[in-house]
Amino acid sequence: MFDIDLWREILQSINKNRTRSLLSGFTVTFAILLFTVLFGLANGLNNTFNEAFVDTASNAMFIRSGKTTKASKGLQAGRRIQFKNKDFTYIKDNFDSEVEFITSRVYNNVTATFKNEKNNYSLIAVHPDHQYLEKTKVFEGRYINQRDLKNQTKVVVIGKLIKADLFLKTDPIGKYINLSGIPYKVVGVFEDDGGDDEERILYMPLTTAQQVYGNNDYVDQINLTYEPELDYNQAIDFGLDLEKKLKKRFLVNENDQRAIRVLNMAMQNKGINQMTSVLGILILIIGMGTLIAGVVGISNIMIFIVKERTKEIGIRKALGASPRSIVSIILIESILITALAGYLGLFIGVGILEWASPVLKTYFITNPSVSKSLVIAATLTLIGAGTLAGYLPAKRASKIKPIVALRDD
Amino acid sequence: MLEIKKLHKSYAIGDTSLHVLKGIDLSVKKGEMVAIMGSSGSGKSTLLNIIGMLDVADNGSYVLDGVPIKDLTEKKAAIYRNKFLGFIFQSFNLINYKNAVENVALPLYYQGLKRKARQEKAKFHLKKVGLLEWATHLPSELSGGQKQRVAIARALASEPKLLLADEPTGALDTTTSSDIMAFLQQLNDEGKTILIVTHENDIAAMCKRIVRLRDGVIMEDTNVTQVRAESHV
Repeated sequence: MFDIDLWREILQSINKNRTRSLLSGFTVTFAILLFTVLFGLANGLNNTFNEAFVDTASNAMFIRSGKTTKASKGLQAGRRIQFKNKDFTYIKDNFDSEVEFITSRVYNNVTATFKNEKNNYSLIAVHPDHQYLEKTKVFEGRYINQRDLKNQTKVVVIGKLIKADLFLKTDPIGKYINLSGIPYKVVGVFEDDGGDDEERILYMPLTTAQQVYGNNDYVDQINLTYEPELDYNQAIDFGLDLEKKLKKRFLVNENDQRAIRVLNMAMQNKGINQMTSVLGILILIIGMGTLIAGVVGISNIMIFIVKERTKEIGIRKALGASPRSIVSIILIESILITALAGYLGLFIGVGILEWASPVLKTYFITNPSVSKSLVIAATLTLIGAGTLAGYLPAKRASKIKPIVALRDD
Repeated sequence: MLEIKKLHKSYAIGDTSLHVLKGIDLSVKKGEMVAIMGSSGSGKSTLLNIIGMLDVADNGSYVLDGVPIKDLTEKKAAIYRNKFLGFIFQSFNLINYKNAVENVALPLYYQGLKRKARQEKAKFHLKKVGLLEWATHLPSELSGGQKQRVAIARALASEPKLLLADEPTGALDTTTSSDIMAFLQQLNDEGKTILIVTHENDIAAMCKRIVRLRDGVIMEDTNVTQVRAESHV
């Protein structure tokens, strides 16, 4: 029930005692301000970390090979480890439940020509899954698909900047681009958040590249993403297990750091995640502590207010005010002061973050904002805090006996 | 109107208890104007507080306008006070941040009246005490006599069965006292039942009946010829 008269009473009381109400709200304003700014900064730091890996899936794993540095099983050090298609199939088949997407990669550099334009680009030959691993956004045409792979079709997907470099104003889809003497049909154009370098790449079906550039089944690198359901520890275990099994497969010494390398993003993410969650807890403690101080402050002042208004409350009771109406007056006044003061803090905090955002960018803090859910949570917290702050004083007010309050001093 | 039988009240003071009211029997009819007199410590204020439902008796019965007043919860007491009683205090007890008309309207607010109806009724009663043009003034801008008249208007606003006045002229000079008493007499003439606690003989003489208390018992209960107060307004 919305009782307009009750609110009128409360607003009148707050209005008549502006300084007092302002002072009591100050601590809460400060608490929320502090909390908002700290939270925003932590958020910004988090955003920076996330942005660093924006063009690659955060659950990625990169498997590379090199030369052995240790002799093993009768084989000398310095042996070159070369992945092949069967290794790709081995991982795919043996780690089916852990692997989400998987692709091989073959690297090459090509000179691309279209009509009179000519330039050098890097070429990556891939499986169709590569698109999800690299977060490639195809905005014209399509990506490499399974049929390309099977038929070794001569098609390429080109980066946005290649289109700009070579095709100028021509629509590249369906046109043939000449790569070191061989014409390929352009089937798609993509963009990538990773930046300019990532948009000067050509993607080609793996099988096509293997046939054209060596007529073998060699693979330079295998990339995969683990199932997102795996937590960090499971993902790390999976990575270690995979590395161990591959080393065994290639008869590599277990302690050889060069021959087979598995770079697991889960390891890095775990560290970052731990850091940010510790930071979050720290901020929560600071914010809560300040808020509690604010609540105690308001509670104190409300007790003082009740004491100051003892006579008034006595008069109201003599005139027929029920204990409940007295409790509501004090409680709602407390909630109102807390909520308004808190919101003021929130607005100032958000304002500071907005204003300081460009400056903070240099300190690795990106887009330090406060989410909607936090605002809602803050509202509930503030109402709770106001109730908490007002409870004791209201209880005290409701127990005032008019006979005592009205006794002439 | 008011029936009190064998009323007892004692207060605990440390280990001993102080017996303040020792069996009070009092009956007041509608339209009476009664002065309750006694020196301090005679129990007159305690009696008024019990009649005003601000305090509860230990023993005895109290019936107001046919309603037995017993087993009062705070909520019930608040409703009864609002419905049956109008209080007038020595120190006026106006709420200092509310203007005259808001003060008068306060008991109506607790009656649950709509704002417009409250405003109208409050203005009507302010007019009755002759202070309509002071409606928007704060208590601090009013003289003592004016404050007491606002308080009387407030007491009248809820149209109570019984007006309880605790030393209504205690803080006023003689002329103003006389004005207030004249007004109370006028209200009584219109049929209001009024109970006045006082220790001043000339104020008591302006009532129709004087009840004297001493050491918690009624010493004397006499009907007197009312001395009319002189209005200076």
